[in-house]
Amino acid sequence: MSLDLLVAILMTIAGAATPLLIAGLGELVVEKSGVLNLGVEGMMLIGAVTGFAVATSTGLPVLGALAAMGAAALAAAIFAVLVLTLMANQVATGLALTIFGTGVSALIGAPFVGITTPTLGPIFPDFLTSSPLLRLVFGHSPLVYLGLLLTLAVWWFLNRARAGLILRAVGESDSAAHAIGYPVLKVRYLAVLFGGAMAGLAGSYYSLVLTPMWAERLTAGRGWIAIALVVFASWRPGRMLAGAYLFGLVMTMELQAKAAGFNMVAPEVLAALPYIATIAVLAIISAARRGGTAAPACLGKPFRAAA
Amino acid sequence: MMMLAAPVIAVALTLLVGAVLFTLLGHDGFGAILEIFVRPLFNPYRWQDLLVKAAPLAIIAIGLAIGFRANVWNIGAEGQYILGGLAGTGIALATLDMAGPWILPLMLVFGILGGMAWAAIPALLRTTLGVNEILSSLMLNYVAIQLLYFLMRGPWMDPEGFNFPQTAMFSADQTLPMVVPGTLIHLGVPLAAAVALTAFAVMARTVTGFQMKVVGLAPKAAAFGGFGAASTVWIALMAGGGLAGFAGILEAAGPFGQMVPQFPTGYGYTAIIVAFLGRLNPLGILLAAMVLALTYVGGESAQTTIGLPAAATGVFQAMMLFFLLATDILVRYRLVSGRAAPAGVPAGKSEGEAAPSGKGKAVAA
Repeated sequence: MSLDLLVAILMTIAGAATPLLIAGLGELVVEKSGVLNLGVEGMMLIGAVTGFAVATSTGLPVLGALAAMGAAALAAAIFAVLVLTLMANQVATGLALTIFGTGVSALIGAPFVGITTPTLGPIFPDFLTSSPLLRLVFGHSPLVYLGLLLTLAVWWFLNRARAGLILRAVGESDSAAHAIGYPVLKVRYLAVLFGGAMAGLAGSYYSLVLTPMWAERLTAGRGWIAIALVVFASWRPGRMLAGAYLFGLVMTMELQAKAAGFNMVAPEVLAALPYIATIAVLAIISAARRGGTAAPACLGKPFRAAA
Repeated sequence: MMMLAAPVIAVALTLLVGAVLFTLLGHDGFGAILEIFVRPLFNPYRWQDLLVKAAPLAIIAIGLAIGFRANVWNIGAEGQYILGGLAGTGIALATLDMAGPWILPLMLVFGILGGMAWAAIPALLRTTLGVNEILSSLMLNYVAIQLLYFLMRGPWMDPEGFNFPQTAMFSADQTLPMVVPGTLIHLGVPLAAAVALTAFAVMARTVTGFQMKVVGLAPKAAAFGGFGAASTVWIALMAGGGLAGFAGILEAAGPFGQMVPQFPTGYGYTAIIVAFLGRLNPLGILLAAMVLALTYVGGESAQTTIGLPAAATGVFQAMMLFFLLATDILVRYRLVSGRAAPAGVPAGKSEGEAAPSGKGKAVAA
């Protein structure tokens, strides 16, 4: 295997892993605060279509990515009001958000089907990407570096920052956190909005970096894989990074096998591989953790302040 | 009465906000509401379409509701629906040259078994390894679609079908008979009503029904009462998978009359909304299925008459679920202003009634 091909494959892995990493880190923070938002897929789709629409109409993909974050955070705000203020069932509301995002993105995206957009491509000057090895370091979309930085930032926030420790306290024991005087609902609102913004950014990666176009259901269930990765990561940012890149590898295998004309296995089997891998990974992680779980203690439970 | 209030308010709010939203998006908002939710009701042909679309939605939703009651979140109905359709199609293809009244019932049975088999995967993973059924059942939807594509492009492709990725047409003995001759209304429609009545009786009158309700409402009491967590998961997923598979083969042997790659139409996801809008009650679900069927039927006609995008249907459906979840709080809690109710007294009870329960609480604390 030539160096060029190897570098190309490694870069594809990073590309496939990045949206899973960004959306997964967002959901990880949300769940650490004690809220389960199953609407990641819907928020990613809203982000993908908003990013695409703004990038094509302004010609500025960066603006598209920012708008994607804003739009998905807005969708997350609907979820937050329902589950935090109105104490609606989190599972049902998350599903509703995904169904909503799928519909709204198809509606907004209808006029954009079949056109291409300026992409959020490599940012470093050409001379830094002239050789394969340099390209491996400097040749990525800015979002790839952002994903790595975000991993570090979320780790630091949850383990070293005061605000992060408060967020974890809220997720582990909302009533105790409330008794001490921490604003449980405010913390959860902020966490959910952050999770939404990250899902939106991850969604825009699909429409602005991976494929510079829009199609209905563009994210194809990747939001659900991101949620599964949070479980796989045992709610730890470092393991989230490992899990996302592992899945990047699985998805790249599919692409490479197709490109190489590999026909020992039906293409449908390859297309189903990421989903089968997700189930397998969940089974392994659950078997390894038999009897206990690393989930935040208050995950998915509504909080109502005692009068 | 309050149980009925939330769905009615939710539908009303959806119409109102939907009209405003679509006007803001540059469409004829009020025209869209009229076209989707009102016009089809005055057209006898559309009524046939409504019943035919409501039947699979109701059957799937009834199965899901049994699980939702027990907090088992099967969201893999779409995949179980596909597998039901595929299993029944397998029988149809094997019996293509045969005749007899036994073929169709056999297809229906295999449809149910196919859905159950697909739902058995998350059930087994949950009960043996503790894998969350939400994620595993959902992932299997994507796997089921690929399985369908594989069979359509490969082993099950009609050899005389000009290379189209679809099976041969089912024979007369393999398709659902029409209950009203000259209409679209096939056997699946009365079967949906029968499923609803059966499920209603099971939930209201049997120990199994009681188990599903108790596990959902009071998990600790259920455990003390001897209801096993594993059996609850199995019952929930077998009911959900079996009925989704049943709906799948009814669609394949009914409106489709063969198996095609376009078979998955999202009913498995829409049925989640139907289950909630019907208050997880089999009879309520029949009504809710008609409302959601209306969004499909009306949405289709609005596409041709006023050029509303196809995606509008999904937006209306999701809004309905959002508003239902939002209005639910009005049912579960009564708003009490300021200090009107003394602490510890549940709202909505007079002080005299509440006194003993207040005392009980103090003792327990």
